[in-house]
Amino acid sequence: MNSASQMLDALRPFLVYFALVIAIVVAMLALSWLLGQRQSRPAKDYPYESGIVSVGSAHFRISVHFYITAILFIIFDLEVVFLFAWAVAVRENGWAGFIEISIFIGILTVALLYLWRIGALDWRTQTQRRQLHSLQGPGGVTNIAPETGGRS
Amino acid sequence: MKFEVGSALSIAAILFTVIVVAAMLIWVERRLLGLWQERLGPNRVGPFGLLQVVADMIKIFTKEDWVPPFADRFSFLLAPPIIMVVILLSFSVIPFAPGVGVIDSDIGVLFVLAMASLGAYSVMLGGLSSNNKYALLGSLRAAAQMVSYEVFMGISLLGVVALAGTFNLREIVLSQADGWYILPQCVGFLIFVIAGVAESHRLPFDIPEAEQEIVAGYHTEYSGMKFGMFFVGEYLGVVLVSSLIVVLFFGGWLGPAFLPPIVWFVLKASVFVAFFVLLRAAIPRPRYDQLMNYGWLFLLPLSLLNLLLTGAFVLWQEGM
Repeated sequence: MNSASQMLDALRPFLVYFALVIAIVVAMLALSWLLGQRQSRPAKDYPYESGIVSVGSAHFRISVHFYITAILFIIFDLEVVFLFAWAVAVRENGWAGFIEISIFIGILTVALLYLWRIGALDWRTQTQRRQLHSLQGPGGVTNIAPETGGRS
Repeated sequence: MKFEVGSALSIAAILFTVIVVAAMLIWVERRLLGLWQERLGPNRVGPFGLLQVVADMIKIFTKEDWVPPFADRFSFLLAPPIIMVVILLSFSVIPFAPGVGVIDSDIGVLFVLAMASLGAYSVMLGGLSSNNKYALLGSLRAAAQMVSYEVFMGISLLGVVALAGTFNLREIVLSQADGWYILPQCVGFLIFVIAGVAESHRLPFDIPEAEQEIVAGYHTEYSGMKFGMFFVGEYLGVVLVSSLIVVLFFGGWLGPAFLPPIVWFVLKASVFVAFFVLLRAAIPRPRYDQLMNYGWLFLLPLSLLNLLLTGAFVLWQEGM
């Protein structure tokens, strides 16, 4: 018996389970398609936006913060992969490995500090930041409503 | 026929139980919320309202299976099954009791984390394909939140991995025979619970589907069973996170011998399921930027520190 078929043997319960899961999900969708009612109403084919007639497409430009978060995720998740490799072999690597991973995590923390300082993790817009600055009271309390009618 | 890992009986029992439990949770959650909010909750259909689940199921199956003409048909159809499939697959590596489990994988922890990552696709595709502004906002929030909390969800588990020296969840349970990991890993436990709530976007971290702001978030345009799949997927997620907490930090099925192992597992997991419902009943939502900053600036450094201290502890213990 070669190793490929041995691996397949070990995986067989998982494959059976996988097939069952797919079957259940497909059966659920098919059943709902079969049993579901069919209705036709005048406003049915419009997007639901709280009863207001939809204006324009939903594919507009979005806040760049989501994009930055995605990039940060890729960077940090890749670094976590190395931590995984270390964590499972802490004992084998000994203190030398520990010192190396400390340096690694140190660099990671410095990167995080840098991101924090340049404001990559700050979700406010430029305008909001300016307003907040002018609002900052004694002791750095920022959550006060402005004197001018509470508009922000 | 007897229970052993990977036997047909084991597979069928796990799949059946998990789905039934997730469906029953709809009733359990509403009753518990009623209890904590000084009201009754559903109590009309059957004894104690137990048949509410059946009534809900009949209703949801007979609702129209509608694909909006303005949506991207393929990804709209693809999104709800993804969440159900990935979460059900995650259950395959969970060791419920000796002899009960689908597969004893040596990469159990990694597999669960990989499946959790794939779960983000479901909400992303669902929201983007709907071509609805609320759905788009919800899916963006969900995606950013899930990927952020995923990073240190992984790191918070590494303390346990370092102590046990393996990714195999069954071996992790067995290595807790002389002490659960909740004691040395209480920080990791807290981070994992918070990240788990955020990953399954349950209240208080249900900002992607905050009803008061964006209707239903990424599943605004979904109806019928496709909506039901997101719904059941959320409850499956609750069961999964509770089971993982029990396996990683509370000794899985281990417990005094007067109860069978599987009963211990179910009891421990139920406590955490109830805790999830209590969170919903007790805590209001944070603001979105607060949620993200809390994750990146507090939980991430804390989980790294926890990992380093655990590593040092393991090596120090080894050297003695």
